[in-house]
Amino acid sequence: MRDLVIIGSGPAGYTAAIYGARADLKPLVIASSVAMGGDLMTTTDVDNFPGFPEGVMGPDLMMGMQAQAERFGAELLFDDATKLELSGPVKRITVGNGDVIEAKTVVLSMGSEYRKLGLEDETRLSGFGVSWCATCDGAFFRNRAVAVIGGGDSAMEEATFLTRFAETVYIVHRSDQFRASAAMLSRAKADPKIQFITGAVVDGILGAETVAGISLTNTDGSTRVLDIEGLFIAIGSDPRTSLVADQVELTPEGNIAVAGRSSVTSIPGVFAAGDIIDPTYRQAVVAAGSGAVAALDAQHYLESNTH
Amino acid sequence: MSAARDVTDATFAAEVLNNDKTVMVDFWAPWCGPCRAVSPILDAIAEAHADKLDIVKVNVDEYPDLAAEYNILNIPAMKVFKGGVVVKTVVGAKPRPALEQDLAEFLG
Repeated sequence: MRDLVIIGSGPAGYTAAIYGARADLKPLVIASSVAMGGDLMTTTDVDNFPGFPEGVMGPDLMMGMQAQAERFGAELLFDDATKLELSGPVKRITVGNGDVIEAKTVVLSMGSEYRKLGLEDETRLSGFGVSWCATCDGAFFRNRAVAVIGGGDSAMEEATFLTRFAETVYIVHRSDQFRASAAMLSRAKADPKIQFITGAVVDGILGAETVAGISLTNTDGSTRVLDIEGLFIAIGSDPRTSLVADQVELTPEGNIAVAGRSSVTSIPGVFAAGDIIDPTYRQAVVAAGSGAVAALDAQHYLESNTH
Repeated sequence: MSAARDVTDATFAAEVLNNDKTVMVDFWAPWCGPCRAVSPILDAIAEAHADKLDIVKVNVDEYPDLAAEYNILNIPAMKVFKGGVVVKTVVGAKPRPALEQDLAEFLG
């Protein structure tokens, strides 16, 4: 039986692994089969992670965290948790290949998943012009018009990145207030290729085979069609709790509930860290700090339950 | 043959269009994180189902004409060819069980 199993390999998971490994808990990280490293793997420049005065590429930051965790003896499994049985002193984690792993403590750091617009044609055209990953798909829209939906930092970053390729990048946002940081917003506003459309809601995606446009309804009720060929959706994300929602207490916002500033969940021996507990900040550095807290809480739990 | 092979403009017709077997083409690029993540999974599927399915890879940076010809807008994009014709498209990095489910009709 393992002392500590960490589910997820973003900044929270890898930082928990670094702390857990240094405490000699020999943690196993269930790092996912296709999303290892988490959301930063599809991010380009990270300019706000302390210690990198010139910025750092998201994948480089995550590879560094992975190497640091492995240096202290953390083990990585590139597979997906498919079932979690968390009640009781022995936690059971089933992974994609069918293996069942037993552990005394578990850190839940599965992060969040991209929110969809919820439109009929969104799934049909996903991969045919509808995208959640500008860094993956932006280059296919060279000299074309694209739209980014959203008003947060990720929308600004995607739009700014897309100007490398696209002729025009529209940022479509339902409000005229932006959640994005002042720095990201002003960089986007200064970009001659970016045009802002505020107070407009996307209510349809047009196109038979590939995206040909979106229909917008403005706050005054008027409608318009925007001719674009690429649609990048960056309207936020929801905590990835589907494996645990029926076992662990959630907050009204849908995050895993933790006690105070700790990572302690409603289940003894189960700790949570990163975006999955965070309805507010959702920053790599905050997630990393939260991962450290979870490993320290797990270590304390193991010590109190052996004596 | 086992792991997914690279194909080029020059070999695409022979390896894909004129292949007697069903072929899945993985359109990818080195700078695409999800592409790199799914690559070992495709190798494993290629190995496990070598009798049913060939899997080959097209680097869209090196062969943009192929990407344009098959209207690639997102990567990773995996297109299944039978008799030179695209019969299925799977987009995005997925875990092995999900990919095998998408490809079940060609693996059975």
